[in-house]
Amino acid sequence: KMVTRAVAALSRFTIRARCILFAARSHVNCEIKGDVAVIRISDPNSKVNTLSLQMQKEMTEVMDEVWGNSAIKCVVMISSKPGCFIAGADINMIQACKSTEEVTRLSQEGQKIFEKIEKSPKPIVAAINGSCLGGGLEFAIACQYRVATKSKTTVLGTPEVMLGLLPGAGGTQRLPKMIGLPNAFDMMLTGRNIRADKAKKMGLVHQLVDTLGPGLKSPEERTIEYLEEVAIDCARGIVNKKLALTKEMNMMQKIQDHVMSYSFVQNRIYSTVEKKVLKQTKGLYPAPMKIIECVKAGMEQGPDAGYLAESQNFGKLAMTPESKALVGLYHGQVACKKNRFGVPEKEVKTLAILGAGLIGAGIAQVTVEKSINTILKDITEEALNQGQHQVYKGLNDKTKKKSITSFERDSILSNLTGQLDYSGFEKADMVIEAVFEDLAIKHKVLKEVEAVIPPNCVFASNTAALAIKDIAAASKRPEKVVGMHYFSPVDKMQLLEIITTDKTSKDTTASAVALGLKQGKVVIVVGDGPGFYTTRCLAPMLAEAVRVLQEGVDPKKLDSLTTGFGFPVGAATLADKLGIDVAAHMAENLGKAFGSRFGGGNLELLKTMVAKGFKGRKSGKGFYVYQSGLKDINPELKEIVESYNMMPTPAVSSDSDVQYRLISRFVNEAVLCLQEGILTNPVEGDIGAVFGLGFPPFLGGPFRFVDNFGADKLVEKMKTFEEVFGNQFTPCQLLLDHAKDPSRKFHRLIH
Amino acid sequence: MEVDRLLGSGKLGKPFWGGNTCAEFKVQLLWLPFSSSKSKKTLSKTGVKNIVLVDGVRTPFLQSGTTYADLMPHDLARTALQGLLNRTGIPKDAVDYIIYGTVIQEVKTSNVAREAALGAGFSDRIPAHTVTMACISSNQAMTTAVGMIAAGQCDAVVAGGVEFMSDVPIRHSRKMRKTMLSLNKAKTLGARLALLGSIRPAHLAPELPAVAEFSTEETMGHSADRLAAAFGVSRREQDEYALRSHSLAKRAQDEGLLSDVVGFKVPGKDIVSKDNGIRPSSMEQMAKLKPAFVKPHGTVTAANSSYLTDGASAVLIMSEEKALALGYKPKAYLRDFVYVSQDPKDQLLLGPSYATPKVLERSGLKLADIDVFEFHEAFAGQILSNLKAMDSDWFAKTYMGRTSKVGSPPLDKFNLWGGSLSLGHPFGATGCRLVTTVAHRLKKEGGQYGLVAACAAGGQGHAMVIEAYPQ
Repeated sequence: KMVTRAVAALSRFTIRARCILFAARSHVNCEIKGDVAVIRISDPNSKVNTLSLQMQKEMTEVMDEVWGNSAIKCVVMISSKPGCFIAGADINMIQACKSTEEVTRLSQEGQKIFEKIEKSPKPIVAAINGSCLGGGLEFAIACQYRVATKSKTTVLGTPEVMLGLLPGAGGTQRLPKMIGLPNAFDMMLTGRNIRADKAKKMGLVHQLVDTLGPGLKSPEERTIEYLEEVAIDCARGIVNKKLALTKEMNMMQKIQDHVMSYSFVQNRIYSTVEKKVLKQTKGLYPAPMKIIECVKAGMEQGPDAGYLAESQNFGKLAMTPESKALVGLYHGQVACKKNRFGVPEKEVKTLAILGAGLIGAGIAQVTVEKSINTILKDITEEALNQGQHQVYKGLNDKTKKKSITSFERDSILSNLTGQLDYSGFEKADMVIEAVFEDLAIKHKVLKEVEAVIPPNCVFASNTAALAIKDIAAASKRPEKVVGMHYFSPVDKMQLLEIITTDKTSKDTTASAVALGLKQGKVVIVVGDGPGFYTTRCLAPMLAEAVRVLQEGVDPKKLDSLTTGFGFPVGAATLADKLGIDVAAHMAENLGKAFGSRFGGGNLELLKTMVAKGFKGRKSGKGFYVYQSGLKDINPELKEIVESYNMMPTPAVSSDSDVQYRLISRFVNEAVLCLQEGILTNPVEGDIGAVFGLGFPPFLGGPFRFVDNFGADKLVEKMKTFEEVFGNQFTPCQLLLDHAKDPSRKFHRLIH
Repeated sequence: MEVDRLLGSGKLGKPFWGGNTCAEFKVQLLWLPFSSSKSKKTLSKTGVKNIVLVDGVRTPFLQSGTTYADLMPHDLARTALQGLLNRTGIPKDAVDYIIYGTVIQEVKTSNVAREAALGAGFSDRIPAHTVTMACISSNQAMTTAVGMIAAGQCDAVVAGGVEFMSDVPIRHSRKMRKTMLSLNKAKTLGARLALLGSIRPAHLAPELPAVAEFSTEETMGHSADRLAAAFGVSRREQDEYALRSHSLAKRAQDEGLLSDVVGFKVPGKDIVSKDNGIRPSSMEQMAKLKPAFVKPHGTVTAANSSYLTDGASAVLIMSEEKALALGYKPKAYLRDFVYVSQDPKDQLLLGPSYATPKVLERSGLKLADIDVFEFHEAFAGQILSNLKAMDSDWFAKTYMGRTSKVGSPPLDKFNLWGGSLSLGHPFGATGCRLVTTVAHRLKKEGGQYGLVAACAAGGQGHAMVIEAYPQ
């Protein structure tokens, strides 16, 4: 018995040794464990695995060897990277293509590889730990069996739609069959990530494996090993017919499947989904409709037609400006998740926030979630109570959605201290003030705070419009003063705009950026000036919106014009959300700073509204009336607007003209910010506009918009408007430069 | 030599016996007395009172739902107290204080120590309180007693533990409770009817207590399975260990070594005098069981886990002077003890690994100095994981901030009279059983130092060093 074991061990050793000899490959490695081939994926040059050309080449080689080796009965496919199975196709690979045909070919090659995987005579078990997205998911669902860890990092999804693409390697064909039309559409059209437990329920994976804690190795390492052990058992179980590949369905599922098999039911689904998509995208995003088209082709005309439609549409989509804009945003977002100011000398371990209002409490929530001690200070118990409740509610909602346990919620909340005095500020590494937007008040708190904080503590001001240097004027240490402009609601809005003055030290900036990134924000860093970047772009657009209202367009129409252009929220609704008082305050301040360029609409209109108590959403009335979840046009608005009535000029008042009047003022101001050095680069400009202000994502941001639309065409339009309205539409010099020379682009051309 | 080899030289990873049948195993487990020529120093410290275990008893541990099914927890505790009175013959008024440990509380007798003491015939002038610390509740009762004596507040304390799983509080749902409580306050018939009318079928679903962590919502068996996987403990190793526990317990029972058990005349039923959960099976039988928690690939099964048990225990603890003054020959000194706690999710059951090196350090002992180990066996996988953790330098350095491993207890000194897996595990009562067993084994085996260690829900743990009383 002993001898046989020794021989077995020896032969295993030699096989392993042989395998290592083979492994001149860098991305894919194969270990043969008896009758199981364990294929391990790891891209040596990246934190994540992508289906790059190299990966595909090595995978094909390895699979050919596996299929050719009669000693191998089954296969386990696993990543040796913690936290990532395969994160998707290599975006650069798609970007490198110059034509629709080239991308289509890429898709077809992927389809072919996965078809071979699907038809493998030897069962392949995908062992999934970490992100399994896009092409990675398509790979996994081509395998015969899927085992996934319950880790929080394990997510499955098809995010292609967010890049203006579709799952182009069989996803549109396999997913509907595997999880049914409704679930497949949900996944492919929203691009959302599915957690492992949900994936199991949906039938996307067959088995779940627990994550492991400390043992004789690190938890991450041992969890992957354990996943592999379980996957090997599964693979052998399939070979021995001990494990069924099709899950037994319960009665409900059987009925559902039966109902779904009728073509009229399917057609009903298609039309419902199409309607919903059109309503949400306003027809501005081509990818969702193409996804529906591919699914339909496969279901109605069979796999050949389905796969062909998929590869061709993938090719077409990759060449659309929408996809390029979205891919650009993706890259921009990645760039804005890095700290270009380096590692700060001191990590923020205690943060103090002044003002427990919406913003202050929102900042508190995203901070405590990262286990940073957070002091939330206000001056009245009532305000403090409300702020603390907001943090609790934000976390409790997560508990209700089961993304955190009640215990985790409590433990997160224990990082929060609510108080009315300055005790504990001597330990603060950073203070963010989110008090009322009034320079005198800001000066008052700055002085109070500087009297109690340690010398290395950063003072950050959350303001939407006040210049940071004016606030810093009251400081004893202006190098420690920085602006941090959060967007409301802070826990939902991804952007953080950081404002530096010429006195702000590099370490102060690094510290602010580091905190923002830790809070999960996409961070842009801009120069100081009235309205910085985001507010400054928004103000002229809102001024124009007011003028449009004065010209007799009602708020609903205004909203539909703006959302029709691709903004997620209409201009009137946005102003209500922002607060009419805030908008008026902002318009007045910026009007003083920039003069008539920021004119257009009559500021008095907003002021009258405020005087009547129409402060927007928060007061229940603004442009709209908000009552029990419904919103209707404020009936008293008409009277106010009429008193500021303006005659529209027909030549510049078509729907399209109105849209371009709004957008061109936004874009021109953005370009001017780059010209004046408020912005360091166009990437941050695009990211700021899209993530902070809802600039239409499919346009990729104001700079990408100018590149694609043509600076010359935009200038032409602006000049027409200029003739009627004056300097509010005077194109800035940089825009004129671009108009003059069509080869000048803000972004490097992506073919 | 043969026995040494078979009981294992303490090295894990290899099975400690070659998977022989149980019968063979039993034959080979002949008792070999250890040489009693130990002459180690005493752990007595100047300025610290010597505290002794006079004696300890327990009721037979029965699987829940069997002969004790119709009793209440204080009945079991009372029986243990009476047994202790009988065994020691201590005058009822010579006890200064009574402390009991329990986990799942019967709401009617939440201070079960007091209810049991009154029924056991102790003077009603002896104060009693109840403590709870999951599976180390009676350890906490004992160390509380030690603390009281050390502080000079008491001279003689009875500590014990009780658990009664045949009946557990099953509550109405929160919504139903709220409605019922409002009903009390409703003044008018109309208000009452309105409240009654608001009851929906969902209100009627009861709330069952679960052996699950409140903080993580994970059941302990599930955590044990993950722990075993983390340490690479196989199903076979676990089954082998469980079989060892049952085989050793059976042998101890047959040889009459479990002398701490006192018979119990259950009202209306027979006299119970033996633990009833000892069931040495075979590897083949055990292999047939499906995993109980992690399905389908888990390794923890009903056969390699401890089971729900009814039982109570009690010990008499005194200062050495008092014991001698009353004419007792104490069984052992209770020396240093520690409590530890760690992450309740991933290190829920690793208490012994953390507690062992800490308590040894306090006592100035090495693992090799210990003659008798009694570890609480929650799950075979948990015991084996702890043994591996204690034998790992990497674990010691990475998670415990120690320079090196403490070492794994040799199996020929480890739980030789069975353990919680086989004898049963009434949560609140196990600690006293461990301590009494150490005292009895030290005497029987001629050892000087014993070590008790246990894990507990909440990610807590405990260890205590016990020194044999000079013969």
